[in-house]
Amino acid sequence: MEILMAFTIGILFMSATYLMLSKSLLRIIIGTGLLSHGAHLLLLTMAGLKRGAPPLLGEEAASYADPLPQALILTAIVISFGVTSFFLVLAYRAYQELGTDNMDRLRGTEGND
Amino acid sequence: MKINDVILQTATKLVLFVIILFSIHLFFAGHYYPGGGFIGGLMTAAAIVLLLLAFDLKTVAKILPFDFKKVTAIGLLFAVGTGAGALLFDAPFLTHAFTDAYLPLLGKTSLHTAVLFDIGVYLVVIGVTLTIIQTIGESE
Amino acid sequence: MSLLHLAIISPLLLALLVPIFYRYFRQIHTGWFLLPLPILLFIYFLQFISHTKNGEVITETAPWIPSFGVDFAVRIDGLGLLFALLITGIGSLVVLYSVYYLSKEHEKLNTFYIYLLLFMTAMLGVVLSDNLIVLYAFWELTSFSSFLLIGYWYHRERSRYGAQKSMIITVLGGLSMLGGILLLHIMTGTFNISEIILQSGDIVNHVLFIPAMLCFLLGAFTKSAQFPFHIWLPDAMEAPTPVSAYLHSATMVKAGIYLVARMTPVFAHDGIWIWLVAGFGIVTLFWGSFSAVKQTDLKGILAFSTVSQLGMIMSLLGIGAAALHYPQLDDSFYTVATTAAVFHLVNHATFKGSLFMVAGIIDHETGTRDIRRLGGLMNFMPITFTLAIIGTFSMAGIPPFNGFLSKEMFFTGMVRVLEMDIFNLETWGFLFPVIAWIASVFTFIYSMVLLFKTFTGKHQPDKLPKTPHEAPIGLLISPIILASLVIVFGFFPNILSHNIISPAMESILPGLLVEGQAFDVHIYFWHGFTVELFMTIGVIALGTLLYFTYPKWSRVYGIFTERFSLNRAYDSLIENSQTGSYNFTKTYMNGSIRTYLVYIFSFFVFILSVSLVAKNAFVYDTSNVSQIRIYEIIIVLIMAIASVTILFAKSRLTAIILLGAVGYSVALFFVVFRAPDLALTQLVIETVSVALFLLCFYHLPKKRHEERMSFKLTNLLISIAVGAVFTLIALSAHSSKFFEPISQYYVENTYEKAAGKNMVNVILVDFRGFDTLFEICVLGIAALGIYAMIKLRMTRGKEG
Repeated sequence: MEILMAFTIGILFMSATYLMLSKSLLRIIIGTGLLSHGAHLLLLTMAGLKRGAPPLLGEEAASYADPLPQALILTAIVISFGVTSFFLVLAYRAYQELGTDNMDRLRGTEGND
Repeated sequence: MKINDVILQTATKLVLFVIILFSIHLFFAGHYYPGGGFIGGLMTAAAIVLLLLAFDLKTVAKILPFDFKKVTAIGLLFAVGTGAGALLFDAPFLTHAFTDAYLPLLGKTSLHTAVLFDIGVYLVVIGVTLTIIQTIGESE
Repeated sequence: MSLLHLAIISPLLLALLVPIFYRYFRQIHTGWFLLPLPILLFIYFLQFISHTKNGEVITETAPWIPSFGVDFAVRIDGLGLLFALLITGIGSLVVLYSVYYLSKEHEKLNTFYIYLLLFMTAMLGVVLSDNLIVLYAFWELTSFSSFLLIGYWYHRERSRYGAQKSMIITVLGGLSMLGGILLLHIMTGTFNISEIILQSGDIVNHVLFIPAMLCFLLGAFTKSAQFPFHIWLPDAMEAPTPVSAYLHSATMVKAGIYLVARMTPVFAHDGIWIWLVAGFGIVTLFWGSFSAVKQTDLKGILAFSTVSQLGMIMSLLGIGAAALHYPQLDDSFYTVATTAAVFHLVNHATFKGSLFMVAGIIDHETGTRDIRRLGGLMNFMPITFTLAIIGTFSMAGIPPFNGFLSKEMFFTGMVRVLEMDIFNLETWGFLFPVIAWIASVFTFIYSMVLLFKTFTGKHQPDKLPKTPHEAPIGLLISPIILASLVIVFGFFPNILSHNIISPAMESILPGLLVEGQAFDVHIYFWHGFTVELFMTIGVIALGTLLYFTYPKWSRVYGIFTERFSLNRAYDSLIENSQTGSYNFTKTYMNGSIRTYLVYIFSFFVFILSVSLVAKNAFVYDTSNVSQIRIYEIIIVLIMAIASVTILFAKSRLTAIILLGAVGYSVALFFVVFRAPDLALTQLVIETVSVALFLLCFYHLPKKRHEERMSFKLTNLLISIAVGAVFTLIALSAHSSKFFEPISQYYVENTYEKAAGKNMVNVILVDFRGFDTLFEICVLGIAALGIYAMIKLRMTRGKEG
């Protein structure tokens, strides 16, 4: 399963990168969203998959899945939510002010920086 | 976004309380079972977002007349306050304590200062999510 | 912390109160509140004379960064005490002077005095600390406060220019000095100056010895405005005159002198030190006095004069260091140069301080400092004129003032170079007295220019912005005190010799004295008809002649055109570095986010793949994998297809929905991989995110024709490379385990220590509560940012 996941993560990262290199601001944001999904899965895969019960002591299992990556990922999910929404509003405001979401037209013009 | 969607609105009225109750359950269960401040807060926020979708911003603002920025601030205060409280007992910042107590009706309950911290997280998550959604919604 | 430490930082502590004084006692000039402090400190330091006189050294240590061997060690010996007295003594007079100089109605006194107090602490720290790192910190603080004070009238373009120039040059030197300090640390293993001096004999042959020396000298030369780094000092004259009198003549520019004096016992074992210090000093002496003659601004003359006098002290220190190579101490034959250096240090502070204050008075009362517009002020300002006579005559080396005495000793020191036979001094040493003599002629000339062009000649009232009259008594007190000292030290130089000069020399030239012995310092007016006397007579005679024939030979200055001047070099260096870096940056910073991302991703792929290969880190191990179920394959497929389809999605709505699909499949993975908390969170977050996306999408423009993403091969290649690298990393990370996971700790202690059963939650709120605390802070900041972006544009719109 880990091997399969490794390739899935690769695909996620690939699509994310391709989206981030595009011109449209919205696509870049979608790309960052994909990127964080990939990163979360990578963290989880690194710790090994499906080893033991969920990390709840109530399960009274012999072994538990590694709780630390899960805690890290939980933090990361919430943070990436905050960042994504910030990005979104940034894009939305940039469109309102400048009338475009094309990155090529959003670049700082000379003498204006 | 003026949509007169009776089915959604009626369903929302029913489901809303279920979701909120469930989210509170998730929040308190967090120390033992899946759940906790983040999930509880998000679930509550999601319930309110559902309300927003079904009705409109003004109605929701009337039902829930909170300034969600202040909710965030109060949440942060809870979290920092719990952490700083440990300093009063000469323990490092964010040290938690717990004890078992017998409460009326609930019986033997274990009480944690971690819950106070988690309340902070809960409030921050609700506050932040709804600040974001409300601000964007109001901007037109 | 001892009383000494407190004395050093007391100005800084007082600075905290300055805003209160300024705010609530506006009718009283803020300077009055400050005045007691330097006076008290002066008295406090005076009592140490009785200790240092007997060769005692007082040290106090307070730990600062003990793990690096950096302690706030304070050491009072003859040299440090001399400087401390200068700093506090001149400081008191300058504060007094500034009370009358700076108007309380028009100037921002609070900032001025805070900077001044900051400087006082910094300078005391430099001269009293025994630890090189502490010394360095204070050293940079002096540069910094000097920068602020030069730029005090920051609305003037020249002030900003001067401030920047002084900052760049002195900080350059400061950094080089830091390098020297580290090199010394490598050689000796300590930052403590007294310990380094003890080891100095052993490190002479170390390969880093010369580099360390050069680094220190660069620091000292830039600070003390030695040629060719002197160019910042004339521009620093844009500062208010009290500052010029204090920082840029009496104290800060002498920090370099102090450093050279302090480091003499360490570095003077090598002849290069003597040659460099004396050589740069004598060149600076000549160049400063030569350039001073052509200046037309009173403070410009004084600035170049300061440059030249600093060069003189520097050269004396260099020559004096040769005494360390003549162990027998007979009749102070070789140490006279050091004596002269220390003596002149004091004299320079007195006469130059008073002259700066005189220049300030003239500026204040007439509105100009240009000697072409001044003239005939003698009748209007008799007291100022008297002060100027005393100051300039002392500077020119005319008896009976103290400048004459030190100038005579300076000649003595230089003439004795002829008798030295070490480090090739016997071949080229004759240059020293020759240049010294020529420079002294120019010193004489500019002193006379300063005096007579201002106070005699024709009064030109139409060229002056104000009607001149004598300054108020408050402005005159400080220069009068300094001028009296000029006379007192002139007639009774020996009150200094045992109390101040001899202890300071002991610090500069340790090891020459046996127990209980003291340097035999006796300063006389009359030595008989010696070479020095004839040199002085020659200076006065030729100087007078040249002064009167100045128009005839002033064309000499035409040789050194502006084009090749050092200032021009500095300006073009600054300008070229700015345009150069701008042009260079423009080549790769083209403002397109795509380009930057390409840099980031390519570098990322490069560094990771190289290290994967170089460290042989790629491992592929299938022995320890978990089983694959059919439903897992389905989720994987959904996810892969969804994420790839996003790339081809034409409409945004499709893309958003596909992103949601990927998010929900991640949630499913969390379920499968035994992470219930994550699954719940991911589910809810994904729902809220999609709602958010749609909400924003609703506001975003509807395009008439929603185009497909344009295909770019480079983008594709980079994306595939990134994906591949991550696959490799994921495979290797799974297949190689170097350490035992630390999570066992959490598994064991979740119930024991936190009485919880949900490990993930316990980690979040308890074990790693700090992370969570900051995380919710980040969330709060994001929410505030969004709120600000949307709500605050209203106000901006009104402005625009």
